Parts: sequence; C-alpha cells; structure tokens
Amino acid sequence: MRNFRVLMSGIIDENPTFRLLLGMCPTLAVSTAAFNGLGMGLAATAVLLASNVLISLMKPVIPDKIRIPCYVVVIATFVTMVDMVMGAFVPDLHSVLGIFIPLIVVNCIILQRAEAFASKNSVLSSAFDGIGMGLGFTLALVALSSVRELLGAGSIFGVNIMWHSFEPMRLMVSPPGAFIGLGLIIGLINTLRPKKA
Amino acid sequence: MEIKRLAVSSSPHLHSGDSVQSAMLHVLIALAPAAAFAVYHFGLHVLFVLLTGMAVAIAAEALILRLVKKPMTAIRDGSAAVTGLLLAMNLPAGIPLWTITIGAGLAIGIGKHVFGGLGHNPFNPALVARAILLVSWPERMTAWVGPMLISAATPLSEFRTSRIVPAYGDLLFGFKAGSIGEIAVFLLLLGGAYLIYRRIIDWKIPVSFIGTVALLTYILPAREQSSYFAGNPLFHVLSGGLVLGAFFMATDWTTSPVTKRGRVIMGVGCGILTSVIRLYGGMPEGVSYAILIMNGLTPLIDRYTLGSRSGAR
Repeated sequence: MRNFRVLMSGIIDENPTFRLLLGMCPTLAVSTAAFNGLGMGLAATAVLLASNVLISLMKPVIPDKIRIPCYVVVIATFVTMVDMVMGAFVPDLHSVLGIFIPLIVVNCIILQRAEAFASKNSVLSSAFDGIGMGLGFTLALVALSSVRELLGAGSIFGVNIMWHSFEPMRLMVSPPGAFIGLGLIIGLINTLRPKKA
Repeated sequence: MEIKRLAVSSSPHLHSGDSVQSAMLHVLIALAPAAAFAVYHFGLHVLFVLLTGMAVAIAAEALILRLVKKPMTAIRDGSAAVTGLLLAMNLPAGIPLWTITIGAGLAIGIGKHVFGGLGHNPFNPALVARAILLVSWPERMTAWVGPMLISAATPLSEFRTSRIVPAYGDLLFGFKAGSIGEIAVFLLLLGGAYLIYRRIIDWKIPVSFIGTVALLTYILPAREQSSYFAGNPLFHVLSGGLVLGAFFMATDWTTSPVTKRGRVIMGVGCGILTSVIRLYGGMPEGVSYAILIMNGLTPLIDRYTLGSRSGAR
C-alpha cells in the first residue's frame, strides 16, 4: 500500500515536471512531437528505475562524502546502455532525440531521486519511486508534446487529426511555444488543484 | 456638491477628471482617421478586420475577467478595444478573420492577463500578439497588399531589393502597401499631436524615437553601400510602422518608463534597434521588435533614472 502511494505520488502529487519543475531542459527541448515526448519519457523512466534500484542497493557501501560522484557514475552507466539500446533498436527516434539521450545523465530528476529517495529507502520502494517518477515525467512530456504537435503541426503521434484547411500555428513547435505551452499547462493544473488550507 | 467639496479628507483633493476610460477614448479618437483611411484605401475587408479585432479583444477580456473573478466593470475602461484595434492596425490588409481572432484572443490572454491584467503586462499586448502571429503564420503576416487587396511590396522591402524610393507625398498620405494602420502617416501624425495636446502621451518618446531613426539612417551606410552620411532619413521616417509605433505603441503607459530621462532613453533605444534591424537585419522592418525589446528593458531604465529621495544620500 505504501509503495502504491509512492508510485502515485510520482505521477500526480509530485509530478516531476508539473509539480517539482525538474528536468525542464529535456522537457522544453524534445516536446515538439508526441512520439518524441513518449520516447524521451520512457528512456528516462528506464534509467530512473535502474539507477534508483542500484543506488538503493549500494547505499551501505557508498561513502557519504563522495556520494554524488558515485550516483553520477551509476546513472551515466545506465544512460550509456539506454543510448546504445535505442541506437540499435529504434534508430529513427534515437537520431531525432540526438544529444538529449546522453544528456539524460544530467537530468536533475534522476539525481534528485537518487539523493532524496533511493539513498534513504528500501530497494522495493525505490523501484516504485523510479517507476512513478518516470511515468509522471513521461505523462507530462506526452501531454505537453501532444498540445504542441496538435497546434503546431495539426497531428498527434503523427496522425493528422485537424480539418483540411487547418494552418498549423508554427510558434508551438518552436522554442517559445514550449515555454508558453508549459506555462499554460502548469497554470491550468494549479488552478484546478484544490488550494492547500 | 458644495458639501462634497468642503468635506475634509486626505489628499489628493482635486481630481483632473482623467480616467483610464477617457484616455482610451482619446486614443481611439486619435486612431480613427488612420483606420478610416485604411478602409477607404484597401476596401471593406479592412473594416471587418478592425471590428473583429476589437470585438474579440473585448469578448476575451470579458471572459477572462469572469474566469479570474475580477469586477466586470473593468471592461468599460476600453483598454481591450484599444489593444484589439492596435493589433488589427498592425496586420496586413488581406489578413483572414480567423487570424485576427486568434491574435486578439492571445493579445488579451497571453499578452495581458497572464501577468495580472491592466497595468501589469511587461510587454505591449498588441505587439506580443503580432509577434506570435508573425512566427506562426509568416506567409499570412507578410502578404502585403495594395488597394483592392492586390498583392504589392511595401516601400521598405521594395527599397531593399531595388532601391526605388516612391514619391514622398504617397508615403506621407498613405498611398502605398503596408499594415492596415501604418500607411496613413499624415493622419497618424495628426492623431499623435492630438494625444500630446490632450497630454495622454509624452512627446519625448516619439520625438526621440523618430529623431534617432532619422539620424542613424542618414549616418549609417546600408549593407549594400559603403559611404557614410548618405542615407535617406525622410524615406525611412515615412515608411513602415515607425510613426504608428512611435506615437501609439512605444508610448503605452504600462510598458514605457515613467521618468523623463527614461523616456528619452526608451525612444533612443527603440530608434537604434529599429535602424539596425532595417539597415542590417534579416527583416525589412524592425519597429515592433524594437519596441518589444525596449519594453523588456523598461523596469531597468526606470530603476536607473529614478531620482533619489529628498534627503537621501
């Protein structure tokens, strides 16, 4: 039950993108199309799950003073693996996401979860936290990139769903569109959520 | 009435009678001749563009005021109508009505109310919307037309390719291609003079803005030529959106400095940016981006030009 709560908190209450505002760089950069957002989110989820589990396992042997370099080595290992796996099996997506796959290593969500959660909790909880945070990140990316792709290209996941004479709003697939779209979604979420007493 | 005058209260004791509503009314009056000329020059479609811009802006204002639970009476200040009209006047005459609809909605929504509404927006809402439309639909936003909506090049883009300078009379009185509101330079000057006379706007920003553009376009060589002091300042002052921008948009109360020195800096800054974009930039015209950039610097300008408190060291 507790693990379930950890999982859900990563997706909703502590959604890394919309609530914690972590990982802004990949969020803004790759959310031009829904498929890119999904690919980026799942890649980060895989790294997050693996690094959370391994760091939680290794926490008794990691010296406190050099814990950050240790986390980074663990994370970088998994990022390299994910990078190679994606290059081998989904080369198209790999080339679209480009530099942002290796840059998952500096995605602050992953380091923050290692520092704030995996180094203090059990292996199973850390695994659930990794999955929850990863899915939360994926959900946020898909939400933002769907909005941007819909308005900026008239499609979602590459499927054209707007009417024939629709003229795409090119701003939304350009960098300012990422900022405006993200700001409006966060504003909407903050409006809809019940105010804290 | 007498009793009200004699009542003891804290200052201010006398009210000039000016209000946001009356100021916006004066701005609308000042813009009306140039807008009417555009309808005469381009045709009836322009009238629909202008009306759509104002109607959508007012509707968006009403909708957002309702959503954020602000008093509905704020709609009566007329600022939304001015924003809608200014946006419409910044678009090419052949713009489809759906584009101005989106633009007017974004001007009020993203340009104004996300920052807290009237008086809180850091950038001129009409120009924010224009920038968004220009990035989103560049073909629509640069499809310049002449009378009867027949496509034609603006004097500035024509000058850039062929170095042809049209007759100054045509430039002054508006017989040229361009944005709806920018063509009738003479009528805009009249409107600007009216606003200065009514003390709605300060003369410092438009005068320093236009003066800087005249000076720099005279001194600096355009890309194609190499001689200094050989430019054509009169052509640059009478072309493009300079007069419209200098009198009606750079002077926006919310987004321009409050100090006298600050206003001169604002005008000179706008002038430098406009001249540099026109002479060396990728676009033929730079007034709107120049104003937006200086809008962003306005808080900084105010901070450094505000006098010290009396008695402060």
